Amino acid sequence: MTTTPTAPAVVPNFDDSASEGRKLAIICSKGSLDMAYPGLILANAALGEGVETHLFFTFWGFDMINKKTMGDLKFTMLGNPATHMPQGLGGLPGMTALATSKLKKSIADLDVPEVPEFLEQIVASGGHLWACRMSADMNHLTEEDLYDEVEAIISASDFIEKTAGAQLLFI
Amino acid sequence: MTTTTLAGHEFHVNDEGFLTVPSEWSEELGAALAAQIGIEMTERHWEVVRFLRADFAEAGETATLRRVAARSGVPVKELFVLFPQKPAKKMAYVAGLPKPHGCV
Repeated sequence: MTTTPTAPAVVPNFDDSASEGRKLAIICSKGSLDMAYPGLILANAALGEGVETHLFFTFWGFDMINKKTMGDLKFTMLGNPATHMPQGLGGLPGMTALATSKLKKSIADLDVPEVPEFLEQIVASGGHLWACRMSADMNHLTEEDLYDEVEAIISASDFIEKTAGAQLLFI
Repeated sequence: MTTTTLAGHEFHVNDEGFLTVPSEWSEELGAALAAQIGIEMTERHWEVVRFLRADFAEAGETATLRRVAARSGVPVKELFVLFPQKPAKKMAYVAGLPKPHGCV
């Protein structure tokens, strides 16, 4: 091996000041399986980079934290041209179940957890989960009905206040 | 690729300081790398690092945080305590492995 001159040890810049105090707010407003994952994956990635992360579940996104539905989100081909299949197919009986199980399998093959376990990992990584007050009232749900690690049901203004200065993602 | 010296060990690194030749790593060097980023190795840290080394040898890529938690027996919460802020990258750095590529 040719010898190159030895340089002084380079230390990775793990705690650079640019990310110091960085905050991320993610608003999850969808309740379908395919739309649940982007928020979860980005939250998990941000936490792994030391970014303070808050998730706010609102409208259909409530299904992600509702104990009754969180383990059973669905994926449908209907109205989704990105499946590149004839739309009429999506309306046939059993198609949503089939599409859901195929998507679940693809996700599991990548060793990516299901929604409840993913939320557990996000909380273990220091992430904060908040539920939307109006969505709870509309659906007559209380904290009892929600995933245990949800910190509280709060109003939209409370969430905006909590995430002052944060970068924001609406999904 | 640059070579660098730390605690009497000479090894190849990329421009961020991660080892590029995993076989140039030793536990003694691992402890020196950890000290560079302010981590004092305990038996629990070693459990994680040894898992990463063994898993890399088997799988050919650095385990993600989830994989480490699922297979090493050290839960995610504790990984954030042992290697604060950016556990996946810090663990890989100490273990002399590339940064993990996986998203989750």
